[in-house]
This record gives sequence, C-alpha cells and structure tokens, in this order.
Amino acid sequence: MADTTQTYEPGTHPDLPPPMATRGPILWVRKNLLSSPTNIFLTVVSVYLLYLFVPGALNWALFDAVWDAGSRAECREIGQGACWALAEVRFGQFIYGFYPEHLRWRVDLTAVLFILAILPLLWDKTPFRTQMLMFSAVFPVIGYFLLVGGLGLEPVETTKIGGFTLNVVIGVTGIVASLPLGILLALGRRSHMPIVRTLCVMFIEFIRGVPLITLLFVASTMLNYFLPPGTTFDLILRVLIMVTLFSSAYIAEVVRGGLQAIPKGQIEAADAMGLRYWQSMRLVVLPQALKISIPGIVNTFVGLFKDTTLVVIIGLTDVLGVGRASLSDAKWQGLAWEVYVFIAILFFICCFSMSRYSIYLEKKLHTGHKR
Amino acid sequence: MAAIEHDSEPLTLGRLWSDKRYRAVITQILVVAGMFMLLAFLATNAVQNLEALGKTFGFDFLWAPAGYDINQTLIPYDSRETHFRAGVVGLLNTGLVAITGCIFATILGFILGVLRLSSNWLINRIVYCYIEFTRNVPVLVQILLWHGVIVSTLPGVRQALSPTEGVFLSNRGFYVPKPVFEDGFMLVIIAFLAAIAGMVVFSRWAKKHQEATGQIYPVFSIGVAAIIGLPLIAFFVAGMPLAFEMPELKGFNFQGGVVVRPEFAALWFALSIYTAAFIAENVRSGIQSVSHGQTEAAFALGIKPNWTMRLIIVPQALRVIVPPLTSQYLNLTKNSSLAIAIGYMDIVATFGGITLNQTGKEMEVMIIVLTIYLTISLLISAFMNWYNRRIALVER
Repeated sequence: MADTTQTYEPGTHPDLPPPMATRGPILWVRKNLLSSPTNIFLTVVSVYLLYLFVPGALNWALFDAVWDAGSRAECREIGQGACWALAEVRFGQFIYGFYPEHLRWRVDLTAVLFILAILPLLWDKTPFRTQMLMFSAVFPVIGYFLLVGGLGLEPVETTKIGGFTLNVVIGVTGIVASLPLGILLALGRRSHMPIVRTLCVMFIEFIRGVPLITLLFVASTMLNYFLPPGTTFDLILRVLIMVTLFSSAYIAEVVRGGLQAIPKGQIEAADAMGLRYWQSMRLVVLPQALKISIPGIVNTFVGLFKDTTLVVIIGLTDVLGVGRASLSDAKWQGLAWEVYVFIAILFFICCFSMSRYSIYLEKKLHTGHKR
Repeated sequence: MAAIEHDSEPLTLGRLWSDKRYRAVITQILVVAGMFMLLAFLATNAVQNLEALGKTFGFDFLWAPAGYDINQTLIPYDSRETHFRAGVVGLLNTGLVAITGCIFATILGFILGVLRLSSNWLINRIVYCYIEFTRNVPVLVQILLWHGVIVSTLPGVRQALSPTEGVFLSNRGFYVPKPVFEDGFMLVIIAFLAAIAGMVVFSRWAKKHQEATGQIYPVFSIGVAAIIGLPLIAFFVAGMPLAFEMPELKGFNFQGGVVVRPEFAALWFALSIYTAAFIAENVRSGIQSVSHGQTEAAFALGIKPNWTMRLIIVPQALRVIVPPLTSQYLNLTKNSSLAIAIGYMDIVATFGGITLNQTGKEMEVMIIVLTIYLTISLLISAFMNWYNRRIALVER
C-alpha cells in the first residue's frame, strides 16, 4: 500500500513498462486462432484438413503434372499427376470449338472489341466515355458480322461456333437482349392495368418455375411447330431466343426490386411536373432504379453464364461438349478430373471476377449507412 | 366542377388517347387482341405442322407400354408397364434426389454459414474458399466431374473397395448392408412414437409451468435422452430384432444389400454442395442482419450466451434466412433436371427424354413436364409463403 501514497514531483516519475503488444504475429495467432478451446479445436481440425488435401492437390495439379504428351498412356508413363497435355493439345478446340483455324483471329478480335465495348458501361471513369458508349451501341452488329461473316468476310456456319466462345456468345447475347425485355416486364408487373399486370406476372412466374433445360428442350424439339410451315432456323438462334426469354424473367425481378426502392414521391413529383408515363419512367424512375439494380443484374448474368453449359444437353458443342468429346476419344479416355477441372477453372476465373465486380459496385452504391 | 365540365366534353378520338383512364382501357384491349392474335398464329401453325407430319394431339400414348428399363426405381416397374408409370417412377426419382439434396444442403449450409462468421481466421478462410469455388463453377460441370470421378477412378465390381465389412465401393455403385426388420421391431417404432408424443406433452407442460412459476426444465436434453433412449431400451427388450442383409459378389455383380448408383450419388452430392454454398451465404447474411445491439442487450439482461443465440439471435435471423432459402430449394429441385446429362432417370430423363423420343409426342410430353415443374414450384413457394407469414414480424 505504500506505493499508492508515494508522490512524485512533475517530470520525475519513472517510465512505466510499455503496454502489452497490440500487434505482431504471435499476438495475431493467439487472438485469431487460439482464443478459446473451441477456437483451438477448429484450428486443429482445419490444419488437419489442409494437411490432408493441399499437398495432394498441389502435387497432382502442379508438381507431378505432365504438360507434354501425346496420349493418356504416355502421360501415365511420365508421371502420376494431372495430364494437362490433353488441355494443351485441345486448347484451341476448348476455346473456339470447330471455328475454322485460319479465321480464329476474328473471334479474338470480337473478344477485344467486346472488352472495349463493356468498359465504359462498367467503369464510369473510362476516358472518352461518351464516344465509347456509342461504340458499345453498335458493337452487337460488328460482333455478329465478325463471328458469322458476311459484308465481305468469309461466312462461317453457326454450328461451327463452339467451345468457350459459344458460352460467351450465348451468355452475352442473352443478357443484352433480355435487358430491355426484362425492364418492360418489370414495368408491366407494377402497372395499374390489371390485364397487363396479370400477363406479366404469369410470364415471369412461369419462366421462373421451370428449369432452363426443359425450355431448351422446347426450343430444340417443338419450337418449329409454332412457326409457319416450312420455316427452319438454326438451333443456336432458337437457343438464344429461349435463353433471352429465360433471363428476361429473372432480370424483371431484379429490376422490380430496383423500382420498389424508388420512393413514391419521385413518381408523384414527375407527374406533378406534367411528365407523361414514359417520360417520367425514362427520365426520372428508371435511371435511379437501374443504377441500384446493376449488382443484381451482374449476379443474374453470372447465373446465366454458368447456365450456358446446359446447351451441351441438347447437342451443341460448347466448352463442356468439347470436354466430353475429348473424354470419349480413345487416346484420352478416363481423364475426367483433368477435363472438368480445366473447365471449372475457366468458369471460376470469369464468374469470380464478375461477382467481385458486383460486390465492388454494391459497396460503391451503399454509402453512409454503416457503423 | 372542372372535372364534371371536362367529362361533359364530347368524346373525340384525340381525347380517347390523351385521357389516362381511356388510354388504360384501350391499351389493355390492344394487349389482349395482340395476345390472341399471337396465340392464334401459333396455334394455326401448330395444327398445320402437326397435320403435315401426320401427327395427332392426344394423351393416349400415356397408356401404351413404355418398353424401356429404368435402373433405379422406388416403386415396382418393368419395361412392360405404361409410359405413365415410367413418368411416375421418374417423378419419384426427382423427388428423392430433391428432398435428400435439400436436407443435406441445409445442414451443410447452416454449418458453413456459422463457420464463415467464426472468429477463427483459418476456418473462416477455408469456408470462404469453398463457397467461392463451388458457387462460381457451373453445377453441370460439378455433376459431370463427380460422376466422372466415381466412374473412372473407382475400381470395377470384382476389385471393389471394401472399407468395412459389408460395404463395397465400385464404379457401378456403392453397396451397403440392407437392414431387415424382424417381428418385434414394431415395439421399437411404438417406443419411438411414444417418446415423441410424451415429449410434446412434457414441453407444453414445462412451458406452462415456467410461465406460472419461473422454473425452467432442461426440456431439450430430456427430450433427446427420451427420444433416443426409449427406442434403444425397447430394442434390447425385444431381443434385438434387426438383421443385416450383406451384399455379396455373385457372378458379375453384387446381390442383396442396398445399392446407391453412381448417377444418384454424383447428382445428389454435386447438387447439395453447390446449393449449400448459397445457403451458407444466406445464413451468414441472416445472422449478420441481427443488429449487434440485440446481443448486447441480451447480455446486459444477464441472458447466457447460448440462450442469447437460441432465443434472440436465431429467431430474428430466420426471418431473413427463410425467403432466400425457399428459392434455393426451388433451384435445387429445378437443377435436379440436369440428371439427364449423367443418365440418372428423373422425370426429364424418363419422360422428357426416352418417352419423347419413342412416341414423338413432343408437344404433349413437354406440356406435362412443364406443368409438373410449375406445380412443384408453386407448391413449394406457397408453403414457404405460409411459413413466412407465420414467422413474420407483426408490425403496427
């Protein structure tokens, strides 16, 4: 007790010991990995899981992998790991399908132009944004002629478009074409006209209630019945129509969410200013509603892009179709892991970056309401 | 006054369009007319096309013999039965994979969702990687991957792996012992039902007792003990009336036991782990949506941590979790139609696949398949809406 009563002249107090470390690796480990018995248990379990899977997976995928071989048997002679030689030999097919080899530059060019076209839409600080947006508007036409030919370019049959290109083409066309349709459906669902509203609700709920694969079956087996006798048009176009209808229902629900978030006062104010319905939608409501639904639209796109793999079931040769074809090749039989892991990585890179982008957008749009 | 004067103006063509009320009516008439024209156009085309092909519209084919085999059936079926029965078998297979998938996905999803919020950095990251990997890879790729792995890496029937006695893993399926119930097993079931009934009565009484006196009984632990213990006692009293039929290798395949086909295993596993990743994210956001103040308030009132979780956090989090959970169940059910890619005989594969090809009745078959999925979807969402209303926050 004597200590507490001791007094010091100002400036003569001996230095106190430094405070306990608030940073440093050991403290971090204690705080994040070993703070309680449950925590210690979880750490032990996860270390064990990592020990169980990571070394094996790394050995298989990288260290013992074979990158250069002519067949599966050759692969197995060289090493026990993954036989990536398959993906290497058939890389062109995985990406381009059966697109003629000497014309593949057109697919590459379309891809580059596509990136230039979506850049101003995704990033509002793009230099020359207004001019770029005009380019985005005409890009679909350019892309169509580049891929299919015409206008002096050598024509390519649509059945030749395949591989990952086909997945991207279906996904992008689906989402671009379904956006206007989805917006109309969303507006229809919130309309005051009972018949229009009922029709929109019925369409949306019907599409959302059935699996995409059944709609694709409809496209491949019976869509022709509903067209004037004698008309035939190719399977890819039919698939595109179905995919567009399918995603428009999902887009409609996303946009409806955006519309509901706009306060009623905005519409009333637009009415009070004498704007007509379409004017108030175009100038006041939709710009705000679409802006907040962009993350949802991106998520719908991620879902649609993953769903484009279903076209393999109705016989189109997308990236998965190429994969299955190479699995049935006698030279490469039994390489299921390699083929599907390769395709999975391809999709993961695309979808993960898109979902990160939508998270970034959400963060950008939600400002201010957080602790 | 102005309105009345306005109304008394003569009806001109221009006014019909500029008056909001009339315009709404006209638009709707136009929409209906357009719809009818479209439908009539489609219908006449369909009639003409069917006539040109010499096909008739009708559902008689349902009663014709199917003529194909289905490798996994929940009800007795052979190839001489009707297409209708084949469809029912397919529908039951869809139901089997959807229900078992939903159960497993929910359990896994809740565990992962809670672990994702764990303060343990390592487990948090592992779960994060798992969720991002499974969510961002098409489910069809995952189904094909697991199917390919089972078929191409597991040994054939003769060299089947046998981790424990009576269990065989081969590329033609997983064989496990089949429980055979002997007489006297009824007693166990009765004991089980009695335990459940007793616990319902007991928990009601305990709640009333708590409201009246404030005394709390450990209802949950007593309940678990009774529901497990009572049937166990009955089991021994009845003299263990349970035997196992072991699968045995006879000729080219196993006989006896329960077989889980690789198609079912791959589909079930891929669908569940895919959906579990989405459910985990729902659970995480649901728990995070409960304001931190709720926990602090509960602690301030002196409520124990696990009671806080059970009585305060979970009920509030469920309100946020349930609606998206419904759509995940729906998605899983719809995704189960991908079975056709690996040859699992669900409704799309049996009815929409083989029956369609054999009978050439595209229109009728697709109408039936679409109606079935639509009905399932509407039923699930109706049930979930009812549940949702029950647990919704009652506001002023």
